[in-house]
Amino acid sequence: MTEMSYLDGNMLDGPMRELFTVDLSTAMGRCENCGMTGSMASLHVYSHAPGLVARCPSCKEVMVRLVRGPDRAWLDMRGTTYLQVPMPMEQTRPGPL
Amino acid sequence: MGIVSPGFQGRPRSQEPALPPGQYLTEDFPVLSAGPTPRVSLDTWEFVITAENGNEFRWSWQELMALPQETPTVDIHCVTHWSKLGTTWHGVSLDTLLDGVDTGAHFALAHSYGGYTTNLPLDDLRGGRAWVAHTFDGAPLPAEHGGPARLLVPHLYFWKSAKWVRGIRLKTMDEPGFWETAGYHDYGDPWREQRYQGD
Repeated sequence: MTEMSYLDGNMLDGPMRELFTVDLSTAMGRCENCGMTGSMASLHVYSHAPGLVARCPSCKEVMVRLVRGPDRAWLDMRGTTYLQVPMPMEQTRPGPL
Repeated sequence: MGIVSPGFQGRPRSQEPALPPGQYLTEDFPVLSAGPTPRVSLDTWEFVITAENGNEFRWSWQELMALPQETPTVDIHCVTHWSKLGTTWHGVSLDTLLDGVDTGAHFALAHSYGGYTTNLPLDDLRGGRAWVAHTFDGAPLPAEHGGPARLLVPHLYFWKSAKWVRGIRLKTMDEPGFWETAGYHDYGDPWREQRYQGD
């Protein structure tokens, strides 16, 4: 009896780039269900399905669902409290003259 | 259904007359899953129909087996475009399970071990069109295909045939399930190619 295999969250980067310019592989996410915060690349992604289902590696609850139709996509991130995305350092604002 | 032929919408015409539009024939039985495979012991397995007033109707595995059994041979159509023809199952008709359930509900939400859900009109579970199936091709339904028991509603896309089914909640209002809240169609008729919302 075979267990359904999953991929790691790095595979989400390509499909998500269709929607956003964020590099998801370097982002952190917080699981809405258990509160675990970790790399989005560590999620368990089930792709042998009508869409991509990314689950928390700790509690196994769904954090991301991405469905791609021929001309539309649906993104459900209700299981992700937040995404923490690395950003370039802001330029130092000039002080008062 | 529109009067415009599928050819004008750019959809591939199926070569097999038995296949709905956009489907291809497979001899395999692909395994699709949105999460880890639940392992449910027959000792603790139960199926429960919850009416809209909260009344519950429960069956243990032994009680399910004691009900009249049917052996439907049906074609199944997955929304990921594969179809498998002439599959033979063994199980209990939803007509049998719903018999004696007093309800005025028009909708159903099937729910599964592992948390999966899918919605259907209650009428589509009646009329000899839906079963709780526990045997496939003469053998106990393997866990990867939804065993111990799955819903079998072959006239709709196969995501409606919930694997590892645990029960059905009867609803006065339609409540979208797991895939239906992520873009998939609330009804899912393969012959009308109702894959996504708005199709």
